[in-house]
Amino acid sequence: MPKFVELWVYLSATPLFGLTATLATYVSMQAIYLRLNQVPWANPVLWTVVAIAGVLLATGVPYPTYFAGAQFIHFLLGPAVVALAWPLWQRRLELRQRWGRLLIAALMGGTAASVSALALAWALDLPHEVLLSLAPKSVTAPVAMGIAEKIGGIPALSAVFAVLTGLVGAVSGRYLFNVLRIPFTTAGWTARGFALGTAAHGIGAARALQVNADAGAYAGLALGLQVVLASLLMPLVFKLF
Amino acid sequence: MASSTQGLRGLAWLLVLQSAGELLARGLSLPFPGPVVGMVLLLGALRWPLVREPVAACADYLLQHLSLLFVPVGVGVMTHLALVSQYGGRMLVVIVLSTWIGLGVTALVLFKLTPNDESVAGDGDAQVR
Repeated sequence: MPKFVELWVYLSATPLFGLTATLATYVSMQAIYLRLNQVPWANPVLWTVVAIAGVLLATGVPYPTYFAGAQFIHFLLGPAVVALAWPLWQRRLELRQRWGRLLIAALMGGTAASVSALALAWALDLPHEVLLSLAPKSVTAPVAMGIAEKIGGIPALSAVFAVLTGLVGAVSGRYLFNVLRIPFTTAGWTARGFALGTAAHGIGAARALQVNADAGAYAGLALGLQVVLASLLMPLVFKLF
Repeated sequence: MASSTQGLRGLAWLLVLQSAGELLARGLSLPFPGPVVGMVLLLGALRWPLVREPVAACADYLLQHLSLLFVPVGVGVMTHLALVSQYGGRMLVVIVLSTWIGLGVTALVLFKLTPNDESVAGDGDAQVR
C-alpha cells in the first residue's frame, strides 16, 4: 500500500499525469456520450471536468500540478481560434449574401447575453469583479480571458464562466429551441446553430456540429463573428462607462 | 506526395499566423487578442492554395475536437471554490438565464429575418434528428 501511495505521488507530480488524465477521461466520456445517443446531459466536457476536478480534490493534487500537463491541450486553443477562419472562408458566398441578417442576429444575441448577465449579476448583488468577469462569458474562453483582462475582470474566472456558459448552451439548447418552435428545416437548423455559436461559443458549436451539418457550419461562423465583435466592441463600451 | 505532411504544415501555418497576430496586436496595441488577429490574417491568406490546402487538413481536425480544449480551463473551477461556495447559486442563475436569453434572441432574430422561400426549401432535412 505505501508503495502505491509513493507511486501515485510520483506520477501525479509529472506533466504526464495531467495530459494523460485529460485525454483518457475525455475519450472515455465521449464513448459514453456516443453510446447514449448523444443526449445533451451526457456532455463529455461536463463529465470530464467533474471527474478530473473530483479526483484532484479527493487526492489533494493542486491545480497547477495538473495544469503543468494539461497546458499542452490548453495551448491548442490559440491555433483553434485562428483555424475558425476556415469555416468562415468555406461559407464566404452565403456570408456575402446574408451578412446583413447574420450581423444583426450576432449583435443582438451577443448584446442580449452580455447585458442580461450584467443586469442579473447586479440585481443579485454579486461583487464588482465577478460582474465584470461575467460580461464576456459568451465568447470562447481564451478570448474571454483577454477581454476580461482589458475591462477589469478576473481572467481565470471569465474562462470558467465561458466554459459553464458553453455547457449550459450545449446541454439545454435543444429544449429551449423546441419551446421557441424553431423548426427542423434548413432555416431552423441555421438559426439553431448560429445561436449556439453566438451565445455558447465552442462548446455549443461542437454540439451543433454533432447534430446537423448546417447547424455546425453556422455555429462555427457565429463563433468567429462573436470573437471579432466582442473583442472590438466590449473594451470600447466599457471605456465609455 | 505531400498529403501525409499536410496536417503538420497546416498546424505550422496556424502557429505562424497566431504569432504574427500576437506581434501585430502587441506592437500596434490593437484591442483584439492575438489569435483573433491571426484569424483575420488567415481569412485573407486562405485565397492561396499553398495556405488553404494544409490548413483545411488541420483546421477540420482541430475544430472537430474543439470541446476537448476547454477541459483544462474548466477544471480550474476548483481553484475558485471559495467564490463558488459563497456565490455559486447566484452565479449559476446568472449564467443559465443569460445564456438562454442570448440563445433565444439570436435564434428568433435570425429565424424571423430569413425569407419564407428559403425556410421552405429545406424541408428535406426534416427527418434528420
